[in-house]
Amino acid sequence: MQIRIMLNGKTITEEVSEDLLLIDWVRSHGCYSVKRGCETSNCGLCTVFMDDAPVLSCSVLTVRADGRRIETLEGLEKEAEEFGAFIAAQGAEQCGFCNPGMIMNAIALFRETSEPSEEEIKEYLAGNLCRCSGYEGQLRGILSFLAYRKGDGAL
Amino acid sequence: MFRIKEYVKASSLEQAYELNQKRANRIIGGMLWMKMGKGKIHTAIDLSGLGLDTIEETEKEFIIGCMVTLRQLELHASLAALGNGILRESVKNIVGVQFRNLATVGGSLFGRFGFSDVLTAFLALDTEVELYRGGRVPLAEFAGRKPDNDILVRVIVKKDDVRRVYLSHRNSRTDFPVLAVAIAAGKDDIKVIAGARPHRAIIVPAEGICIETGKLAEDIHTGVCSEKAIREYAARLSERIPTGSNMRASAEYRSHLAEILIRRGLSALNESAKEERGL
Repeated sequence: MQIRIMLNGKTITEEVSEDLLLIDWVRSHGCYSVKRGCETSNCGLCTVFMDDAPVLSCSVLTVRADGRRIETLEGLEKEAEEFGAFIAAQGAEQCGFCNPGMIMNAIALFRETSEPSEEEIKEYLAGNLCRCSGYEGQLRGILSFLAYRKGDGAL
Repeated sequence: MFRIKEYVKASSLEQAYELNQKRANRIIGGMLWMKMGKGKIHTAIDLSGLGLDTIEETEKEFIIGCMVTLRQLELHASLAALGNGILRESVKNIVGVQFRNLATVGGSLFGRFGFSDVLTAFLALDTEVELYRGGRVPLAEFAGRKPDNDILVRVIVKKDDVRRVYLSHRNSRTDFPVLAVAIAAGKDDIKVIAGARPHRAIIVPAEGICIETGKLAEDIHTGVCSEKAIREYAARLSERIPTGSNMRASAEYRSHLAEILIRRGLSALNESAKEERGL
């Protein structure tokens, strides 16, 4: 079936099989930040934006993304770079496997709510699993980034 | 994961219905549960092109298209506020935002899954479902039916000022619930829903219970119900909830939880009425 998807600002038209998952399609186009983790739609590693909404690309058929705009971390490089530095500064990376999905979802949160509370952050990121950190480092990184963005300059 | 031979983005409900009459064909909602299966689907029928992804609000009701996502339920200001925010409360622990941006209301209700928070919460609201061939049916009746090949097109929720509460117990935050309880407390009646028993959610029958439900409802509505009465009612009602065992919990544990959650829910409703009346 033919699809036409705008991936990170570039329109791609091609034939895909009906049951090809979006995660496999974006990876076939070099977006290796999108990772396969749990296979049960639970871990958030495969988070991409579909028309600006964060979704699990492991659970979307590529044909369903036809006519839509898909963004991965590769397409949000500048936005992600600034925030990612705060995560790194808190040593929250550890193995780093969950980071792309977590950064994508955190960016979605920042776009939706400019000053989220700690509870709102925890609730929004509940769908991003990390097996190394216990989430404390990421939470500190997010709070530090929000303080910096607000003008407090904390790092 | 399942395999799909053909994919059809339906151009009308009639086309989707006709295609859905073949056993090898399936309607795909959010596809999150379906994806876990390993079967072969001949034709995957997609309803996403039919404009069924909107929430319409009228003076008396909300009309929710079957392709509305769980996230939309949370973000729709007046729907999320209905019944003390029962819908938002019921979906907030369902995996994460990315999941809820895909999972649909239609898929959640049509599946009538035992683990469903969504079914439990909607049963506590004044809800009907609109089926393509079957017309409008109360959700309580639909929930008891066996699956068929009709299409759930819309969900209709009537507005009211009934107080509601939703409670669930989970082994971990984003897991399926071990047990879920939703309570609707009107001026003269109380409706308790038990979900994730682990079987399909049911309205717990209160007929013939030794405590008069009408009196309890009146007292809770005015915030003057005693803790003793709440405890007794919760104990009696929970005995009427059939529970089962699975990998998450035993039937005995679920029965114990049922009593606790009903008690907490009724107490919370009583307290909120008390606060409202400045008692």
